[in-house]
Amino acid sequence: MAKKPIGPIRRDFAPWDDPQARPYIEFRNVTKKFGDFTAVDNLSLKIHEREFFALLGGSGCGKTTMMRMLAGFETPNAGEIFLDGQNLAGVPPHRRPVNMMFQSYALFPHMSVEANVAFGLKQEGMPRAEIAGRVEEMLSLVKLQDFAKRKPHQLSGGQRQRVALARSLAKKPKVLLLDEPLGALDRKLREETQFELTDLQQDLGMTFVIVTHDQEEAMTMADRIAVMDKGRIVQIATPSEIYEVPNSRFVADFIGDINLMECKVVARNGEMTKLHAPLFDCAIEVAQSVEAGIGETVWFAIRPEKVRISFDEPEGPANRLTGEVWDIGYLGDVSIYHTHIAEEETVRATVANRSRVVERPMSWEDKVWLSWDRDAGVVLTR
Amino acid sequence: MRKGASWFNVTSLVLGFAFLYLPIVLLVIYSFNESRLVTVWGGFSTKWYVELLSNQQLLDAAWVTVRVAFFSATLATALGTLAAIVLARSGRFVGRTLFSGMVYAPLVMPEVILGLSLLLLFVAVDQARGFWTIMIAHTTFAMCYVAVVVQSRLAGFDRALEEAAQDLGCPPLRTFFSVTLPIILPGVIAGWMLAFTLSLDDLVIASFTTGPEATTLPMKIYSQVRLGVTPEINAVCTILVGLVTVIVVTASIVTKRQEVLKERDMRQAEAQA
Repeated sequence: MAKKPIGPIRRDFAPWDDPQARPYIEFRNVTKKFGDFTAVDNLSLKIHEREFFALLGGSGCGKTTMMRMLAGFETPNAGEIFLDGQNLAGVPPHRRPVNMMFQSYALFPHMSVEANVAFGLKQEGMPRAEIAGRVEEMLSLVKLQDFAKRKPHQLSGGQRQRVALARSLAKKPKVLLLDEPLGALDRKLREETQFELTDLQQDLGMTFVIVTHDQEEAMTMADRIAVMDKGRIVQIATPSEIYEVPNSRFVADFIGDINLMECKVVARNGEMTKLHAPLFDCAIEVAQSVEAGIGETVWFAIRPEKVRISFDEPEGPANRLTGEVWDIGYLGDVSIYHTHIAEEETVRATVANRSRVVERPMSWEDKVWLSWDRDAGVVLTR
Repeated sequence: MRKGASWFNVTSLVLGFAFLYLPIVLLVIYSFNESRLVTVWGGFSTKWYVELLSNQQLLDAAWVTVRVAFFSATLATALGTLAAIVLARSGRFVGRTLFSGMVYAPLVMPEVILGLSLLLLFVAVDQARGFWTIMIAHTTFAMCYVAVVVQSRLAGFDRALEEAAQDLGCPPLRTFFSVTLPIILPGVIAGWMLAFTLSLDDLVIASFTTGPEATTLPMKIYSQVRLGVTPEINAVCTILVGLVTVIVVTASIVTKRQEVLKERDMRQAEAQA
C-alpha cells in the first residue's frame, strides 16, 4: 500500500479546541500506585469521540497503566474514569464497551483464526449465522479471508497482528485500545500498517487510544499526542505542535533530534526576544514573546533541519555560529553534520542530499558557518 | 566435532541400562517359563497367562487397583490443578510460603509416616477402612505431584490470554474453562497419568489404609510372594510393565509429534510471509 497524505481528511477535526465539546473518555485526578512506586500521578485527561489519541513515553512512564485502567485490568487508587458519561468504577473488564489489542497479540493458540475473531461475538450471544457474517467481514477488512481455518502458530508475525486487530474490532467497540500494536513488526511492515490503521479508524469512526514508545508511530497516526513522564502528562498537543512548539526540554528532547543551548535573556521587545548563549558566545534573536525576565536562564531549542550550513559567512550579527565539521552522519536521504563550536559544544545540522554529486562537498575539519531564521527555533523556560 | 560416542560413553550407557532393566527383562522372560520353579528354565509356554485368567482373587485385586487409581487420579488432578493455579497466580498473600511448603511436603515425606497418619485419622473419625479410604489416601499424596506438573505448565502461560478473553466479554469462570484449561490441558493430562501410575503401584500407603474387603494388586502380589514366588506373579507383573510402557511411550510420541508439526507450521508461515 502506497503512502498517501492523511492530513486533508482531518483538517477541520479539532473537538479539543471547543470548550463546549463533551469529552468521550475522561480521567479525573487518577492516581495508581504499585507498592511504593507511583505509576500514574494525579492525572487528568480528556479524549474526544472519533479521536486517534496517542499516549507516548518511555518505559515506566505510566502509559500502559493508563490503558489497563481504562480496560479494567487495574483499579485506580484515587480519581475517576468516565466513558461516555458513565463512571467506570467497579465495572469489570468483561462489561466494559472497550476492546484492546494486546502487545503480545494474545491470540488463543488452541483456536483457529475464525474462532479467535468469533470469540467476543459468542460471548454476546449473537446468532450463529450473524457471527459467521461478521467474522467474514472482519477477515476481509484485514485481508485474511484465506487464512480463516489456520491456527495462530501457522501465521507470520504480520498476519497474527492483523488477526489480533480483527478480533478486537469484531465487537465494534466504542473505543479501541492498542498497546504497542506495531512493536513486533519489521520496519517496512510497520510503516504500511500505520497507514492502514489510520484509514481504518477514519472508515469505522471509532475512538482509538494507542500506547507507544515510538514517536514516529505516534506522529504519523495520532490526532493528538500526550507525552508522558513519571506518571504525569508533560504536554498534550497535535503532532506538529509537539514537534514545532514543545513546551519543555523533556518534550523537545524526546521527540526527534534537537539542539539545546542554555541562554540568558538579554532584551524583550514585544514579539521579539534577544538571548545570549554564553557557551557558544552567540547572540540569538527569536520571534517569540517569552515570560522569563531579563537575566533569567532559558533554553533555545532548534531542530537540525532548520539550521543552515555554509562556507560563506551569513549576514547580520545574530543567529549565526562558526565552527569545524567534526563528524558526518550519512543517512542516504539526509546527512547530519556535527559541528564543533568553541571546543566543547556541538551543534547538529541536517542537509537533504538533493543531488548525487556535490561540487564542493563539506568534509571533516572544514571551517563552516551555521545560521538560522528568527522563527526557526523556540525558547523553553523549563 | 566428532560424531558417535566414545567407548567410555557406550560402556556407561550399557551398564546403566543393564542396571535399570535387567531385572525387568528377567521377570518378563520367566513369565513365559514352562516350569513351576521360578529360577529354572523349562521351555517356552504361555500357560501362566491362561492360569491367570482363572485366578479370580488376582483379577479382583486388579479391578480394585484400577478403580482406586482412576478415581484418586481424577480427584488429585482437580485438587492439584487448583493448588497450582493459586500458587502460580495469586502473587504474594499471607501464608503463601507455608501453603506452598504444605503442598509439596508429601513429595519428601516418608510413605510410612503418611500412611500411618492417614490410618490414625480414619480411626479417629471412625471411618471403616476399605476402597474409599485407599482412594482418599492416594489422592492426598498424588495431588502434590499433579500440582508440580501443572505449575510448570502455568509458568509459561501468558496472562494476557485471560485478559484478552475478559476484554472480549467473557466472565472469569468461563474464561477458565474456555481459555486457561484448554491451554494447560497437556500438563493436566500428564499430571493425571502420573497420579494414575503412582496409585497403581503404591503398596505402603495402601496397606496402611485398606480394610478387609479391598486388596490392591501390589498388596496381593506382595502377600503371595511371601508364600513363594510363582510364574503367575511374573505374568501379572509383565502385563503391568507392558501397560505402563504403552501409556508412557504413547504419551511421549504424541507430544513429540505435536511439537514437530507445530515447528514445521511455524517455519512455513514465516517463509510464506
